[in-house]
Amino acid sequence: MQAFQAIISNAIPLDMDNVDTDMIIPAQFLTKIEKSGYGKHLFQRLKEQNPKFILNNSKYQFSKILLARANFGCGSSREHAVWALLQSGMKAIIAESFSDIFLNNASKNGLLTISLSPQTINNLMRQAQQETYILSIDLSKQIIVTSANEIFKFEYDSFRKDCLLRGQDDLDYLLEITQ
Amino acid sequence: MPKNIIQKIWDDHLLVQRPDHPAVLAIDKMLLHEVTSAQAFNELRRRGLKVRYPERIIATLDHSIPTSKNRSNIEDIQAKRQVEALRNNTKESGIKLYDFDSRYQGIVHVMGPELGFTLPGTTIVCGDSHTSTHGAFGALAFGIGTSEVAHVLATGAILQYQPKTMKVEFLGKLPLNITAKDVIMKLIATIGMNGATGYIIEYMGTAISNMSMEARMTLCNMSIECGARAGLIAPDEITFNYLQDRPYTPKDKIWRQSVEKWRTLKSDSGCYYNNHIQVDISALTPMVTWGINPEQAIAINELIPVVEKGEQAYAYTKLRPGQAIKNQPVDWAFIGSCTNGRIEDLRLAAEILKGRKIARHVRLYIVPGSEQVMLQAIAEGLDKIFIASGAEFRMPGCSMCLAMNADKVPAGARCISTSNRNFMGRQGPGSITHLASPATVAASAIKGAIVSVEEI
Repeated sequence: MQAFQAIISNAIPLDMDNVDTDMIIPAQFLTKIEKSGYGKHLFQRLKEQNPKFILNNSKYQFSKILLARANFGCGSSREHAVWALLQSGMKAIIAESFSDIFLNNASKNGLLTISLSPQTINNLMRQAQQETYILSIDLSKQIIVTSANEIFKFEYDSFRKDCLLRGQDDLDYLLEITQ
Repeated sequence: MPKNIIQKIWDDHLLVQRPDHPAVLAIDKMLLHEVTSAQAFNELRRRGLKVRYPERIIATLDHSIPTSKNRSNIEDIQAKRQVEALRNNTKESGIKLYDFDSRYQGIVHVMGPELGFTLPGTTIVCGDSHTSTHGAFGALAFGIGTSEVAHVLATGAILQYQPKTMKVEFLGKLPLNITAKDVIMKLIATIGMNGATGYIIEYMGTAISNMSMEARMTLCNMSIECGARAGLIAPDEITFNYLQDRPYTPKDKIWRQSVEKWRTLKSDSGCYYNNHIQVDISALTPMVTWGINPEQAIAINELIPVVEKGEQAYAYTKLRPGQAIKNQPVDWAFIGSCTNGRIEDLRLAAEILKGRKIARHVRLYIVPGSEQVMLQAIAEGLDKIFIASGAEFRMPGCSMCLAMNADKVPAGARCISTSNRNFMGRQGPGSITHLASPATVAASAIKGAIVSVEEI
């Protein structure tokens, strides 16, 4: 796992509640035995079904931040969803809330998950939809600074933060304890 | 201090709790299947680690396999590679694999309990969100990702944050023809699909005490659909009767000692839960989903409601608020999955299908959850009833629940299904899913439209 660096990027306003892991990576792509090759299938069905789907917009082609509403990553435990997000360039997901299994999977792969209040998400979502709006995320200070000079603090678990910043894997810690 | 059953199992398995760290929890048992394990074995290889406790792990094939008669000939090259990888990985590590020829192969959450691998008071994990099923036996069982599968393979332990606890109490007796599936769908519709996120649920109430193990498994199975990673039921005589004399259950003196211990495994009176909800089920009627997630469920006689931000669901399912869900024509019907692929579910379906024909335009797949279920169904002659009705009785596996094998609902087709998720495209790209009980699915297949058993 790579050590987490500060992120500066525009954010993809995926204005949806309950984004499930079947949407993120449909089951038909889960027969691989490798950890790589999932990025190109990220949200593939939604991309195919709807030309106006936000991830089809070339403006967000190089975005590293995904914005969503409540209960992101619900459903199947497939870690492939986190791999697909990372492999398509995502470094952070900002949402109102996350499913438990997704949160775990994200932290174990260095994908940052930030929970913010519905009001703040509303605000970010609106601005990200309307203009070229850049977010800068500093995990060590636990703040997001926007190109409109707003600052949002966020909560993040101290153990996970330490692991992410050092690029350290949980397994090293477990091995040390269970020896 | 009085403790609830969840805290008891947690405390029993807590290895280390450092300040500002997640707990290190001992894991008694792990189930493996082909889809979420290969990368975990690769991780161990990369680090030069061995599987520490192979005897605590069993494996089977379920998700990506065909359910046709000649299933051992897997046409999908990638799926075949995945199956081969599990065969090699388990062989190399000394883990018992229940393969096609074992008579115990099946969906992990069906075959594990059948083998008596699932025991009260244990911690059980699997790289599958429906691992909550095993909670029916009073086990703390939850789904994990592939990284965590590697952690358990390498150490027999896992990092966990202590979950909050929720008591879900069902009030009243279960009405006639109403199943555990309707009960759990009612709960999810009531509290929402993230109503229990961050919690582990203990289910209780008279209706639960009277339920068979199969019904309890159906109930616990869908805990994840309201966000709870685990849901459990304290073990009782019904649990012990189910478990006795199964391949992995303790025998003789150890069995008797175990049962004595398990009898004390329940929540103390006056214990604390972070949350407590009551759901009255005394007037429950068959439930069915109308939308694109499991909380979008209503009683079969209700009209499709107006919900906030519902546009996507209405558009996808081609239904409008105010419309009846009843009598919506269906093209496909599916009875199976880790939710409803057990012998009781098949018996219930057979009771309804006996002497009747399914509608000419409907295809009904009946897929037993395991070899044991299949063999039992054949022994009882259920297969003949199914085939006579026009249904297809297939080989065990996850089948049409998740569209990662050959069994898929075609685009635009509407399917009434006993599975657990009605997400967009879950049963195949562009497919529309309505979740319901095996009774409702069987009745709907006969009618060719969504109806309850009373209507046929």
